[in-house]
Amino acid sequence: MTQDELLPLIYKKDDKAFTLLYDMYAKSLFGVIYNLIKDKEEAEDVLQETFIKIWKNIETYNESKGRFYTWILNIARNSAIDKLRSKNFNNNLKNLSADNFVHILDDPAKASNKIDAIGLHEFVKKLKPRCIQLIDLLFFKGYTQQEAADELEIPLGTVKTQNRNCINELRNLLKA
Amino acid sequence: MNSKEYIESGILELYVFGKLSEEEARDVQQMASDNPAVRTEIAAIEYAVVNLSHSVSPNISSETYDKIRRELLGDAPIEVHKKSKTTNWGQYMGWAAAVVILLGAASMYLLMNSQMNDSINSEIDKNKSEFKTMQKTIISLEDQNKSSQKLLKIIRDKNNMVVTLEGQPAMPGAKAKIYWNKATQAVYVDVQGLPTPPQGMVYQVWSLKMDPLTPTSIGILNKITADTSKIYQVESTVDAEAFGITLEPEGGSAIPTMEQLYALGKM
Repeated sequence: MTQDELLPLIYKKDDKAFTLLYDMYAKSLFGVIYNLIKDKEEAEDVLQETFIKIWKNIETYNESKGRFYTWILNIARNSAIDKLRSKNFNNNLKNLSADNFVHILDDPAKASNKIDAIGLHEFVKKLKPRCIQLIDLLFFKGYTQQEAADELEIPLGTVKTQNRNCINELRNLLKA
Repeated sequence: MNSKEYIESGILELYVFGKLSEEEARDVQQMASDNPAVRTEIAAIEYAVVNLSHSVSPNISSETYDKIRRELLGDAPIEVHKKSKTTNWGQYMGWAAAVVILLGAASMYLLMNSQMNDSINSEIDKNKSEFKTMQKTIISLEDQNKSSQKLLKIIRDKNNMVVTLEGQPAMPGAKAKIYWNKATQAVYVDVQGLPTPPQGMVYQVWSLKMDPLTPTSIGILNKITADTSKIYQVESTVDAEAFGITLEPEGGSAIPTMEQLYALGKM
């Protein structure tokens, strides 16, 4: 379903709207939130907050603000980051980078979704290590280009194009 | 900058990630509205990262699902609302009732007409033939209703184990259900929540053993568009631990194509 087909349905805020929104995006957002919070119970709380915010503010979203997915992704990331700050985790964002989204898959205790991950692990692990870092910082953790450049010690000017190459790689793996 | 250079610059990825300033994002919007290639590219990037994050996400507990649902929708009933799409016999009953009322009206009309003079005989003939058509319709509705009742009986059997198959990254919105009768081992699959497969492709249903992972094909759903109930009996199984549905080329495959795994659920 494309964004154009989805949005009129979601604006109705009825049962169907909820089911669509949840089925299409809950796991994606939870992947992002969990990758920041690293605690399943806390992450589920943040997911709940995120959905409440999306639902309450849906009237304020319009397509001139960018993709709907980008809008809800920002809400999810910001909610998770707020949670980290409020908890005094003593985590400024940079300390988060020691662990990336691939580790969720490596730890069977964390990934209670063994069955979901059949065959899906593999495409993620085929990504180059540099790509995993870059996608982790920019997409999952929401770093700016400058922050990512500092963290990975690469020139600022190459962040955008390297990231582009990495996403292309991901797209090819998904197609394979 | 032409659209190809623009796409290659990597700005669209950052746009989808939400990492552009408002001004930069506005530029991208402008490019996108002028240029279909840019729009397609944005959708493809989004699709890739939604899939990636979906596939690394741990499972969300059903308690959290229920909590979120309650917060957003109030205390509407959960199970019934969300999952009662198995058959549409109630809808047929509505039609049947409507036809009965129409028939009543039609026969009244006939009666009144017959009391009038011959000049409207042709009108009566017309009504008679309409009456016959309606009779035919009601018979076919009765047939449909019978087969719906039969399906309901199968689905409501108390020996059933019901397995909900959730959408996977290849088709996140997908949904399907397995009714596995523990007494007879019969397996029924309800694919109402799956899109109609593209030309030349079919859905294939698998029973899975987990350790080691062993998929066994239990059926290929050939005629998904023809059947309105979308419920199919597939081969019986005794020892499945999970069920999955993949999209495969016509004729099915020997092993499941995991990239085209649409729905999956375990006991």
